[in-house]
Amino acid sequence: MRLTKILPALALALGLASGASAADKLKIGTEGAYPPFNMIDEKGKVGGFDVDIAMALCAEMKVTCDIVTQDWDGIIPALVQKKFDAIVASMSITDERKKAVAFTDHYYTNKLQFIAPKASSFSPALDALKGKVLGAQRATISGTWLEDKVGKTATVKLYDTQENAYLDLAAGRLDGVLGDKFVNYEWLKSDAGKAFEFKGEPVFDDDKIGIAVRKKDDKLRQRLNDALAAIRANGTYEKINAKYFPFSIY
Amino acid sequence: MNFEVIVENLPKLLDGALLTVELVVFSSLAGLALAFPLALARCSPRPWLRAGPWAYIFFFRGTPLLVQLFLVYYGLSQFEAVRASIFWPILRDAWWCALITMALHTAAYIAEILRGAIQAVPRGEIEAAHSLGMGVWQAQRRIVLPRAVRIALPAYSNEVILMLKGSALASTITLLELTGTARTVIARTYMPIEIFLAAGVLYLLISFALVQVFRLLERRLGTYAC
Repeated sequence: MRLTKILPALALALGLASGASAADKLKIGTEGAYPPFNMIDEKGKVGGFDVDIAMALCAEMKVTCDIVTQDWDGIIPALVQKKFDAIVASMSITDERKKAVAFTDHYYTNKLQFIAPKASSFSPALDALKGKVLGAQRATISGTWLEDKVGKTATVKLYDTQENAYLDLAAGRLDGVLGDKFVNYEWLKSDAGKAFEFKGEPVFDDDKIGIAVRKKDDKLRQRLNDALAAIRANGTYEKINAKYFPFSIY
Repeated sequence: MNFEVIVENLPKLLDGALLTVELVVFSSLAGLALAFPLALARCSPRPWLRAGPWAYIFFFRGTPLLVQLFLVYYGLSQFEAVRASIFWPILRDAWWCALITMALHTAAYIAEILRGAIQAVPRGEIEAAHSLGMGVWQAQRRIVLPRAVRIALPAYSNEVILMLKGSALASTITLLELTGTARTVIARTYMPIEIFLAAGVLYLLISFALVQVFRLLERRLGTYAC
């Protein structure tokens, strides 16, 4: 009699315990419009460097992860409002953003570099940028750089996605686009980017890219840092890097 | 709630609001001008004359404004022929692209409003006009259209307010109207609630002003507003 009472209780306790481990599920937010770092393929699947890194980290932490996509300029508010638990979306670690979220160690280093038509004599010197029409994605450090450095002397156009900035560069509405070097690199390789090239040296070359988590989730941040160190050490990171770039971007 | 950030960015938001008002007023007026011939042709007894406006209205009402904006701004500019044409100085400009698209879009809706209003003019009044010896055009000009405008006015004011909200989509083609400005400010401050609240209040003020303008207009034209 007693046993029959205990058994369901035990089962319930076990169920709860397994429920707790099943709850160890992470939702990862990314943008999905930033090739080759994160993009959506023809079948609607999300992929790219960021997504591969996120999956490798999840495997390392032994948790199941769901990738969800979110428009770039709403991605931090969505994290804060718990729509997902971490942002793996090529996000630069900046002081402005640190007011809103916490960052892991960096998982790659970005540079900002202008691209412009091959035929133009475009130069990234501040003086030469006067009066030019320049584009960047909204809510990125490229956008911030343009607003801060040439916002008063040049026309700055901000786009919802990087792809739209490229479209306008190709259409001739822009004299140049400032963007992440590796993303620009990918676009220059494409058909649409044939007539364009990098101009001058990167205007900023120590842009550390990290994973953003909510400020209160310090445990998650620690676990991600540990996992990051682990995949750096065991060669997983290198493999993913080589899949996208013939040089190290760490 | 951080009200400081609202105060700090208010001048920028007001600049954006001004551009919003500009887009709505110009596109609503241009749309209205375009809608008259469309509506008249749409009411024509001749099928070949009805077909064009029918197709136009079907297309512009049947597709989202966002898609139309993208087609005009990003789509047309992909063609070398367009970039080489004399229209490029205008199509190159995001402001013109937004204005043209919004005017074409709203014209389709206004044309349908006018068509409904023209058809709502009591038959007896038209017959009375004819019996006084007025021709078809004279009756249109003196009786039907003035009556139709009065009938259509409340629905038109509704459409203008819808365009006010539709104008937020212009931010997707780089225009810094109210929504675009708000999003750009949020990108720096990460305070979406405060800034969107301020933008929302500005939208309310603009629509309040529009409602007042239409109330005055309705009074003058003798459609008794309630």
